[in-house]
Amino acid sequence: MAEATANGLGQHALHSTHDAVAAAKADTHQEHPIKLYLVVWAWLFILSTCSYLVDYFGIDGYLRWSLILIFMMLKAGLIVAVFMHMAWERLAMMYAIILPPILVLVFVTMMVFEADYTLLTRIAFFGPGP
Amino acid sequence: MAETTLTHTDRMAPRPAGWQGIAADWASDQRAFKNVSWGKAMMWIFLLSDTFIFGCFLLSYMTARISTRVPWPNPSEVFALRIGGSEIPLILIAIMTFVLISSSGTMAMAVNFGYRRDRRKTAILMLLTAALGATFVGMQAFEWTKLITEGVRPWGNPWGAAQFGSCFFMITGFHGTHVTIGVIFLIIVARKVWRGDFDIGRPGFFTSRRGRYENVEIMGLYWHFVDLVWVFIFAFFYLW
Repeated sequence: MAEATANGLGQHALHSTHDAVAAAKADTHQEHPIKLYLVVWAWLFILSTCSYLVDYFGIDGYLRWSLILIFMMLKAGLIVAVFMHMAWERLAMMYAIILPPILVLVFVTMMVFEADYTLLTRIAFFGPGP
Repeated sequence: MAETTLTHTDRMAPRPAGWQGIAADWASDQRAFKNVSWGKAMMWIFLLSDTFIFGCFLLSYMTARISTRVPWPNPSEVFALRIGGSEIPLILIAIMTFVLISSSGTMAMAVNFGYRRDRRKTAILMLLTAALGATFVGMQAFEWTKLITEGVRPWGNPWGAAQFGSCFFMITGFHGTHVTIGVIFLIIVARKVWRGDFDIGRPGFFTSRRGRYENVEIMGLYWHFVDLVWVFIFAFFYLW
């Protein structure tokens, strides 16, 4: 328990080691029942199968895209929340890590407009394609 | 320099809930991440930067796919495999997905057994994770070989938009590199667990710092991230 000894070096030097160990344990330990992981594992399998079936049955158009996105977000959420233990982290940590990737959506919007413009220019100069 | 002192949440004045609590945590002259060790916080920040890298790859793929006049090759057909006389769409990719998810499951359990100080089970589960990761890379190598023999190049392919090859090799190649590095580190950490380095506080060969069982969780964070990226690649590149 290096964390405990590090605490001991600080201002809490007089605290008993046992106290420090208990505090460090409460701080960093992530102990959850194995069953939780097995349930999430099973769900990830189910969701992956679902997204594969979307392709297998050849679902097209907006239904295909929305299904893909829903299954993707559910899988990503399960992995981050349970497997990576984000659900049990402090709020300050959660927002610091999860908020920035969401802001990438602004970049996505910009590039959609840019790509549409590029396509328009290409069609104007080279014709509608082979 | 010794490890930074952990701020103990139980010895602090209680925080307001929600946004006010976040603002209080981030206010000056204190550690922002109260009960997160530096190792875990740094791994998360590294993963955040890696998210941006993969985000940029997927963004450029999106831009290329929207802006091309030539139809995009249908991934469902490109990645189909002939098994038992019939073409099964995307089957190899589906199996790769299941292999990687399974490796994430074994990793999560390894972290759990690590905190229970069950050295044997932790090491075995980590090696199983590494084996599944290596299987994934092997299947990816098979996929690359198949596509290259069919004539896919970064500058063109027989089925449509030329950008397909460059996007495919760049995105899956970078992800495969991450998996490979993960497998190597899994084996290193599994060896440490097996030897009992985290029980006796043996200094690491490179940093000379004593490891803790939390190292297994930090390794797990990286591994789950690799799985996470694959979820997005699977959705946007293979299924879209």
